Amino acid sequence: MIKTENIKKVFGKNEVLKGISTTIDKGEVVTVIGPSGSGKSTFLRCLNLLEEPTSGHIYINGEAITDRAVNKMEVRKNIGMVFQHFHLFPHMTVLENVTYAPQKVKGMSKKEAEQTGKNLLARVGMTDKEKAYPNRLSGGQKQRVAIARALAMEPEMMLFDEPTSALDPEMVKEVLDVMKGLAETGMTMVIVTHEMNFAKEVADRVLFLDEGVLMEETDPITFFSNPSTTRAQRFLKKVL
Amino acid sequence: MNLDFSQIVPYIPFILEGIGATLKFVSVSILAGFILGTILAIFKITGFWPLKLFADVYTSIFRGTPLILQLMIIYLAIPQLTGYDISAFLSAVLAFGLNSAAYISEIIRAGIMAVDKGQTEAAKALGVPYRTMMLHIILPQAFKNILPALMNEFITLTKESALVSTIGYLDLMRRAQIAGADLYRNFEPLFFAGVIYWVMVTILTLIGRYVERRMRQSD
Ligand SMILES: Nc1ncnc2c1ncn2[C@@H]1O[C@H](COP(=O)(O)OP(=O)(O)OP(=O)(O)O)[C@@H](O)[C@H]1O
Ligand SMILES: [Mg+2]
Repeated sequence: MIKTENIKKVFGKNEVLKGISTTIDKGEVVTVIGPSGSGKSTFLRCLNLLEEPTSGHIYINGEAITDRAVNKMEVRKNIGMVFQHFHLFPHMTVLENVTYAPQKVKGMSKKEAEQTGKNLLARVGMTDKEKAYPNRLSGGQKQRVAIARALAMEPEMMLFDEPTSALDPEMVKEVLDVMKGLAETGMTMVIVTHEMNFAKEVADRVLFLDEGVLMEETDPITFFSNPSTTRAQRFLKKVL
Repeated sequence: MNLDFSQIVPYIPFILEGIGATLKFVSVSILAGFILGTILAIFKITGFWPLKLFADVYTSIFRGTPLILQLMIIYLAIPQLTGYDISAFLSAVLAFGLNSAAYISEIIRAGIMAVDKGQTEAAKALGVPYRTMMLHIILPQAFKNILPALMNEFITLTKESALVSTIGYLDLMRRAQIAGADLYRNFEPLFFAGVIYWVMVTILTLIGRYVERRMRQSD
């Protein structure tokens, strides 16, 4: 479903991605792990073209989205993204956050969008807050709304960039539980995370990035018990 | 001391009519300045350099020259060039509108820049097109942040509006001057006009504070 071919990203003189090639299948849950500054976010942001790769190709369902002629907006409609700092629209209520894009981007009627939105809010356990503004919510609640907002576009895949890193510890679980539920529905997910237990438990595959290089790409059991590179061994010793 | 306020009594209705005249052209000007300023602000933040250059040069010219000069050019010089006899009202609105657009565009630009970059990213990631995003996501947040600064601009404009008396527009200031000339006494009508300006500005300031407080409550 997603295929990256030797993607490189250079910021000024800093080569942040040094040729990443991988394939992510439909329904797969992939976690991206690595030290700070290794290029995890950049890699993830390339997948929905928030960053344009300096070179290389990305294919989604066989279509080369890195072609100049491709409409980025069309690509993004199909890919949900969840950010570390939520980025809910502060001037809209929870329900408005969730129904905005389906109406404005997909041309859904307000009624239909609200129906879908309410179902999604129920799914992330936020029904009772649909009329609240984001500043009235806790971090965990905000992130659950952000997930619902992304899902409202009915994307084929979801990208998560450290969705629990900005949360107080007691709120991490509620967000991870929503993500687990989503994984069980067969959603294709790419997740940058520092939650090693979550990666172990939920991921089909782990991508280990270090200094812009995809060092390892294996199932989580192998990765966590028997990493093949010394870089990964050193990283795991530090974080586990 | 030679003071006699009773003499201006017959002129009071005449001077008071100036309030309407002043407020009318200041409101039209600020509205024009706001619309044009928003457009200029968007020019300034687009990646398309000719638009940015245009907006930057525009701002630099209107902020870098005296407002009274701009007013004179519009009122006196343009008829000379075009043969079109422009009215005092239209000249005033044009000069003040174009001038405040330059200031307002800077205020709005700063307001847009102050909106968290994550908002743009979230909107982009949802596939929201640029114009829609600007209209529904970025500008509402920017305007909320800059409302106090806009109110200030409104106040400044109200005070500076007295400049249009120089082109014969019958605003508050001009009417006070006429009354003064008729009476051969300037202090009383000017003092009276001063009080009215002060009251108008104070009311605007209070409205501004009220709006600001309301906004803080909604945060
Ligand atoms: N827009 C940008 N302009 C310039 N440099 C950037 C930009 N975005 C990222 N970088 C640089 O690219 C490198 C990789 O950044 P990236 O955010 O992808 O790392 P990361 O693996 O996500 O790290 P973290 O775990 O801290 O989030 C860093 O050195 C960062 O400073
Ligand atoms: Mg990151």
